[in-house]
Amino acid sequence: MIDEIHAARDEALRRVEAAAGVADLDGAESALLGKRSALAALRQRLGALDPDERREAGRALNEARARVEEALAARRSELAAGARADRLEAERLDLTEVVPTRRRGHLHLVTQTRDRLEDVFVGMGFVVAEGPEVETDWYNFEALNMPPAHPARSMWDTLYVDLGPPESTLLRTHTSPVQVRVMQAQSPPIYAVMPGRTYRRDTADASHLPVFHQIEGLVVDRRITFGDLAGTIEAFTNAYFGPDIHTRLRPSYFPFTEPSAEFDITCVFCKGDGCRSCGQVGWLELGGCGMVHPNVFRAVGYDPEEWTGFAFGFGIDRMTASRHGIDDLRELLSNDIRFLEQF
Amino acid sequence: MRVPLSWLRDLAPVDASVDDLVHHLSDLGLAVESVDAVGGGLDGVVVAKVLALRPHPDADRVQLVDVDAGDGAARQVVCGAFNMAEGDHVPLATAGAVLPNGMEIGRRKVRGQWSEGMLCAPDELGLPGGHDGILVLPPHTVPGAPLAEALGIAPDVVFELEVNPNRPDALSVAGVARDLAARLGVPFALPEPQVHESGRPAGSMATVEIADPDLCGRFAARVLTGVQVGPSPQWLAARLTMAGMRPINNVVDASNYVMLELGQPNHPYDLARLGGRGLRVRRAREGEQLVTLDDVTRTFTGDDLLICDAEDAPVGIAGIMGGASSEIGDATAEVLLEVAWFQPLSVARTAKRLGLRTEASARFERGCDPDMVPRAADRFCELLGGAASVAPGVIDVRGELPERPRVRLRTSRVNALLGTDLGTDEIRGHLEPIGFSTEAVDDGTLEVTVPSWRPDSAIEVDLIEEVARHHGYMRIPRTVPPSAHTGTLTPYQRGRRLVRQILAGAGASEAWCTTFLAPGDLERAGLSGDAVRVVNPLATEESLLRTSLLPGLLKALAHNAAHRNPHVALFEVGRVFHRPPEGQQLPDEREVVAAAVGGAEAPEAVTVWAQVAEGLLIGEHRLEAATVPGLHPTRAARVVAGDQPVGALGEVDPEVLEAYGVPGRVAWLELDLGVLLAVPHGEGRYRPVSRFPSSDVDLSFTVPETVPAGEVARTIRAAGGDLLVSVALLDVFRGAQVGEGSRSLTFRLRLQAADRTLADDDIAGVRLACIEAVEAAHAARLRG
Repeated sequence: MIDEIHAARDEALRRVEAAAGVADLDGAESALLGKRSALAALRQRLGALDPDERREAGRALNEARARVEEALAARRSELAAGARADRLEAERLDLTEVVPTRRRGHLHLVTQTRDRLEDVFVGMGFVVAEGPEVETDWYNFEALNMPPAHPARSMWDTLYVDLGPPESTLLRTHTSPVQVRVMQAQSPPIYAVMPGRTYRRDTADASHLPVFHQIEGLVVDRRITFGDLAGTIEAFTNAYFGPDIHTRLRPSYFPFTEPSAEFDITCVFCKGDGCRSCGQVGWLELGGCGMVHPNVFRAVGYDPEEWTGFAFGFGIDRMTASRHGIDDLRELLSNDIRFLEQF
Repeated sequence: MRVPLSWLRDLAPVDASVDDLVHHLSDLGLAVESVDAVGGGLDGVVVAKVLALRPHPDADRVQLVDVDAGDGAARQVVCGAFNMAEGDHVPLATAGAVLPNGMEIGRRKVRGQWSEGMLCAPDELGLPGGHDGILVLPPHTVPGAPLAEALGIAPDVVFELEVNPNRPDALSVAGVARDLAARLGVPFALPEPQVHESGRPAGSMATVEIADPDLCGRFAARVLTGVQVGPSPQWLAARLTMAGMRPINNVVDASNYVMLELGQPNHPYDLARLGGRGLRVRRAREGEQLVTLDDVTRTFTGDDLLICDAEDAPVGIAGIMGGASSEIGDATAEVLLEVAWFQPLSVARTAKRLGLRTEASARFERGCDPDMVPRAADRFCELLGGAASVAPGVIDVRGELPERPRVRLRTSRVNALLGTDLGTDEIRGHLEPIGFSTEAVDDGTLEVTVPSWRPDSAIEVDLIEEVARHHGYMRIPRTVPPSAHTGTLTPYQRGRRLVRQILAGAGASEAWCTTFLAPGDLERAGLSGDAVRVVNPLATEESLLRTSLLPGLLKALAHNAAHRNPHVALFEVGRVFHRPPEGQQLPDEREVVAAAVGGAEAPEAVTVWAQVAEGLLIGEHRLEAATVPGLHPTRAARVVAGDQPVGALGEVDPEVLEAYGVPGRVAWLELDLGVLLAVPHGEGRYRPVSRFPSSDVDLSFTVPETVPAGEVARTIRAAGGDLLVSVALLDVFRGAQVGEGSRSLTFRLRLQAADRTLADDDIAGVRLACIEAVEAAHAARLRG
């Protein structure tokens, strides 16, 4: 009897091993373990045996059945893995054949710079203010301490438009008129930056554009000092250009600030050692700044004894160009996709 | 302003290194543009006389020049310049010389001809005058003499300074020296001119009259007789050369020298050629004319100030330029020197109107020092004394001069504005050396008298700037004020950034087009030509302000197409300008966003708009059929969001594309950002997501072509009630089964309840309501 059990078991294991596919295996399973299987037939003969033989043969039958079930499960998973591998192989793709159909566009480099500058100042507690590009003479000049015929007006070559009396309406030559509008619209304290497009009557060349972008800052509060101006510019420069870039202030002249200064930053290329980009001086000119002139405060109805403040401003385009090594500003408005896609 | 170091040292013992001087000048607000070492590197450069000029046998762009370098022998030199003539004296760099720019000179062959050295242009010698031709030397120079000796040039350093408009005093060597001496703590002094007078008094030989004292505050005259016009002494000519002026003759050179040294413009007249032997200062008559020194006929208005002779004939424009008729010439024997103070605004206006800016006008319009007048006159006489007799006396006539202001300066205010902790004595220490005299009023207040050479200083803050400048901007401690605000962008600014990102995500790159348009640009784009005009454009192509972003973006597409990128997608955010309504000065200025997709038809514009609406979370929006200028007449729609028209989309009119040279089709979207971002968006309340199953119902209608699919969808949405969660157009079909003039539209309706599983009755009810509504509203019928 035991021998018969072992023979049936070995035969079953051979058939499991020989199954060629999952379907084949399903057939084998019922043939080997079902009611009509050899093992089932042997179990039916157990009753005819004496108790000792029956116990021994019963254990052998159980063991045989367990062996077969184990073999079936192993074979089943082996076959499933093979089938999955075949299916996946059939789905093989060469991903380098794919041509992307949707492309992403790029923000203009000047926009990216403007956004970054805004973010730096927002982080320093400033709001962002904007104003019209076509302005009145009053906002662009007169309120900024340049009455009609003031000689300093010749510092800006102005484009006028055909609105209002002659030379009363113009394309703003700087973002400074927004300062005046901000001060008119609210009381101090003011912490604001004013980015925007500005215009000069200038022929476009590698280093000049008649249409360009500036950002301007204005702080008005009690006890604001020139030291605050210098410190704010240094803090902004560190945040935007990095901690190894510093600033220096040199006396200068603007009608709407006093004391006035030009501010330079450590040359971003040579870090101050002197190179071709900075004319060997180790500094790059960035912009102008100063303490708000009392006459500007008076123009907007602020008491210059009560409030003090500073303003600063610089060109975004030129700074962007020098940072990215663009040697001709006109490239910024070429709108050539080969340029736009680089940034 | 070019300032030689040797000249500064005549007035103040500044002995710091050149690097230190550059630093101090910059730190004082006198920005150093360049530093030139001159007069060095001229060993081996000698004066040579041109004997003959001959063509080079094998080259057109050079010639052969025979020169005598003092030994009588003719040496052949090959030269690329053609500006000299036979007999001219020119600089010859002989073999072995090393020029200031490092060039080594040798004997060499040029196109087969020997060249015994090189003739030099000014820049090759480190002298001002550029590279336009060979430097032609004064005829009194001696062939063979070393050039440095012949020109009286000793090694020197010249600082090129950029002077701010508020510093008229710094347009002179004296002013620069005064500032520098104060910074370095060394004395500054103007030497007293030594004038030897002889002969008849000046007053008996000439007259001066100021007819318009409001424009001429002071007019002094000196008379010099027995003048021998000739070359200036070498040292003087050399200084002028270094300062960037060309020596002319001793009279003109002395005049220029005084201007550069003291900042006081002045003008020498040939006295014999002045009618009535005198000068009269008056306003011009309307239309009056004068030929100026540069041989241009100038026409005047009643605002201009003229210098006339005693017979009232104009001989000069006050403070700007003299006339040709009384110009100093070789035959001049008597000189009348004008040293005056003119009203700055008047000079500025006339110079601007005539487009004539001169060294003199630049100084007068910033404001000269009226107290400098007699010293300048004497200095001229001193310089010219060896070649003339100076008549005794100065004719000195006064008009109206501005008051010299006295300004109160509070120590507390200085420190409050600068963030410093300066004492009153320190403040005085900064002001006194530059000529501001101070007097203590009380413990913390000074009364300051502004020097006559600082017309820019009139109020307290002007003095605070002077204190800051001489204290040193970089010595002021840096602090950061705590902002009273939380920094933030406005919702509009955030929305604008989001729109940019959405459009970039939709595949468009951001362009930057100029604000200006050329005449005809708008008409070519199918738009109205009524734009704001620039009155004084530099070019007519830049004479209009854009009313739309369409022309600019079409030009950009055409540019890219011309560079073999025919199908780019671009967008722009920018201002457009429409003429204002009556009674408003500023134009109607709006910020708009536009996208142009090359090589795409109108549906692409709908897709781009859908992305914008989705990205901004605009709930209610639709397209309405419309005719839009510039767009394809049958492929355009108005965009309505939250019941506001926010812009238009579609396809650019093919005729417009042809006019702009853009190949293919262009999908177009233009939105008014201000209106768009004012539409409620992105701030919805949470709607619970239903946990119950949804059901889909497809409905196909035959709809006349005249009814937009969007209208049918709107009707379904309105009729579907709360259970209808979405409507999507699934299929559009045209064909014989549908019939001419109609098409079949299939919509898929998704139905779902928030609180239960839908029953068949629910679904049937919505279905029926939608069918009835569509059939009733649109002459449509359900297909079987």
